[in-house]
Amino acid sequence: MDAITVDDLRKRYGEVQALDGVSFQVREGEVFGLLGPNGAGKSTAVRVLVTLTYADDGAASILGHDVRREQNAVRRLIGYVPQDSGVDQFGTGRENLMLQGRVQGMGGRELRARTTELLDLVGIADAADRIVKNYSGGMRRRLDVALGLVHHPRVLFLDEPTTGLDPEARVAMWAEVSRLAQAESLTILLTTHYLEAADQLADRLAIVSRGEVVVEGTPAELKAGLRGDAVHVELENGAVDEAQRVLAGVGARPEQVIDGRTIVSRVEHGGRALPGIMSALEGAGIAVASVSLSRPSLDDVYLHFTGRDFTAEDRAR
Amino acid sequence: MNIARHTWFMTVRQARNLMREPIWIVLLLVQPMVWLVLYGQLFRNVTRLGGFGTTSYITFLAPAIVVMNAFFGATWSGMSMINDLDHKVVERFLATPASRFSLVLSQIVRSALTAAIQAIVILVVSLALGVRVHTGALGWLVIIVAGILVNSSFAGISQAIALLTRREATMIAVANFIGLPLLFLSTTMIARSQMPGWMQSTARFNPVDWGVRAAREVVLPDTSWGTVGLYLSLLLALSAVTAAWATWTVRAYQRSL
Repeated sequence: MDAITVDDLRKRYGEVQALDGVSFQVREGEVFGLLGPNGAGKSTAVRVLVTLTYADDGAASILGHDVRREQNAVRRLIGYVPQDSGVDQFGTGRENLMLQGRVQGMGGRELRARTTELLDLVGIADAADRIVKNYSGGMRRRLDVALGLVHHPRVLFLDEPTTGLDPEARVAMWAEVSRLAQAESLTILLTTHYLEAADQLADRLAIVSRGEVVVEGTPAELKAGLRGDAVHVELENGAVDEAQRVLAGVGARPEQVIDGRTIVSRVEHGGRALPGIMSALEGAGIAVASVSLSRPSLDDVYLHFTGRDFTAEDRAR
Repeated sequence: MNIARHTWFMTVRQARNLMREPIWIVLLLVQPMVWLVLYGQLFRNVTRLGGFGTTSYITFLAPAIVVMNAFFGATWSGMSMINDLDHKVVERFLATPASRFSLVLSQIVRSALTAAIQAIVILVVSLALGVRVHTGALGWLVIIVAGILVNSSFAGISQAIALLTRREATMIAVANFIGLPLLFLSTTMIARSQMPGWMQSTARFNPVDWGVRAAREVVLPDTSWGTVGLYLSLLLALSAVTAAWATWTVRAYQRSL
C-alpha cells in the first residue's frame, strides 16, 4: 500500500489557485520531497494531508485512510511538523512533549519513557526542563520534530524543516532527518525550497510550481533526464539571437535566456565541448563576459521543466 | 470522556504557564482589593438615598465586586487564545486527535478558575472589612458560583471573538466597548430603585446584573432562593450557549487555514 496517495487536489484561496490538480504517490518507507519555490502550493498540499484544511476537489489518503472522512484515524497515523513552530513557549520542552503525547492518547510510564527517549534522539536532553522561550532556533526546531514523533507516527510531514535556521544548523537538521527516517522506520514527506536539501535527502521528489506537480522522480533520474551539462554563456552585449545560432552550430542546445544576456545550453560532455564553443563565439565576433559549466543540478531541472529560474522565483515571493 | 481528559491537560498547561508569571499573580490578587476599597470608599454615603437593603455600602458592594471582577477578567480571556493562535499552538493541536471543544473549554475553565480564586480573595478581604454574608457558608458558595458563571458566559464570547478576529487590537476594543457600559447598566454599584427607569428595564437583560442579583441576594437578609436559582440557571444556560459558539468558531478558524 502507498503511504500517501494524492489524487488531483484542487484548492483556491480567493483569487489564488493554490493547488491546481496535484497528484503524487509516496511509498512506505520513502523520504519524499516536495520541492518548489515559496508559494508554489507545497504547504497547502501538506495542510490538506494533515487534515488542517480541506481541498475543494480531489482526494487524498494516508495508508488507506481518507483525509477528509477518517480525520482522527489519519491524525493518529501522522506526525506533523509545521513550518511555523507550534510549541508552547512558556512551557518546558518536556512539558510540551508530554501534552502532545497525552492528546495522542498516550500516558503513564510509556509516555515518560518516550519523552526522555525523544529528547535524547533530537539532542536537547540537557535543555529538557528549560522554558522553550530561552531555546535557540535550532533547539526549538528539534523540539518541533520531536513533537511530531511522540506517538510513533507512521508518516511524518516536515514542512520546511530548516526554515529560519542558519546554514550550519540547516545541514545538521538534514542529517537529523535522514537519521530519523532510519531510526523510526518512517515514511517522510518533506517540503523544501532548498534544492540541496531535496537532492541530499529525498529518495524521490516532485517539483511543484504554481499549484501543479511539474515532474516527479528520483533526483538522479531528474538530472539524467536533462542529458548533458549546462553551459551558461553571459554576453557582453545583447547579440543573443546570433549567439544562439553559433552555439547550435557547434552542437550545444540553447534552452533558456536569462535576463536577456545569459544563454543556458545543454551539451554532451561539457568539458570537451567548451573550447569549441569559445572559439566559435570568438570567431563570430561575439563578446563574452563569462562562461560557466555545471553538472546538471536540480536548479537546472527546475529551469528545464518550468522555464523559470528557481532562485529568482523563490526570492520574488 | 476525551473532552474531559483533554480539557484537563490543556487547563493544566495554561494554569502552569500563569503560575510562572509572578507579577501576574500579584496583580491577580491585588486588583480585586483595589476595586473593593476604592469603590467602597468613593460611594460610601450613597446608601443614604435608600433602597439598598442595608446601610453598609461595603456589604451591598462586596458580592457585586466579585461579579464585576469576574466579568472584567472574562472580557480579556481571549488574549491567551490569541497568543496561542499567533504561536500556532492551536494549529498544532488541530492536526492531532485533540478534542476541538477542549481547546476552548480549557481557556474558559482557566479563566473561571482565576475568577473563583479572586472571588475568595474578595470575600476574605470584605470579611475583614466587616461584611457579613447573611446566609453563611452556602452564601459564599453562591457568590463564588455566580462569579464563575458570569466569567464563563463572557469568556465564551471572548474566545469566540479571539478565534474570529485573531487580533489583539480588536480584542481590546471589544473589551473596552462592553466593559463599562455593561457595568453601569447593572446594579453593581447602585440600588435598582435609584436607577432611571429605562436603565432598570435594560439591566434585566444584562448577564452581569443576573450575577450581581444572585450574589447580593445571599448577602442581604430576606434571601429569596428562587431568585438565586433563576439567575444562576440563566447564567448556566448562557455559559453553555457561548461555549458552544466558541467551539463553532474553532471550525471557522480551521476553515480559514
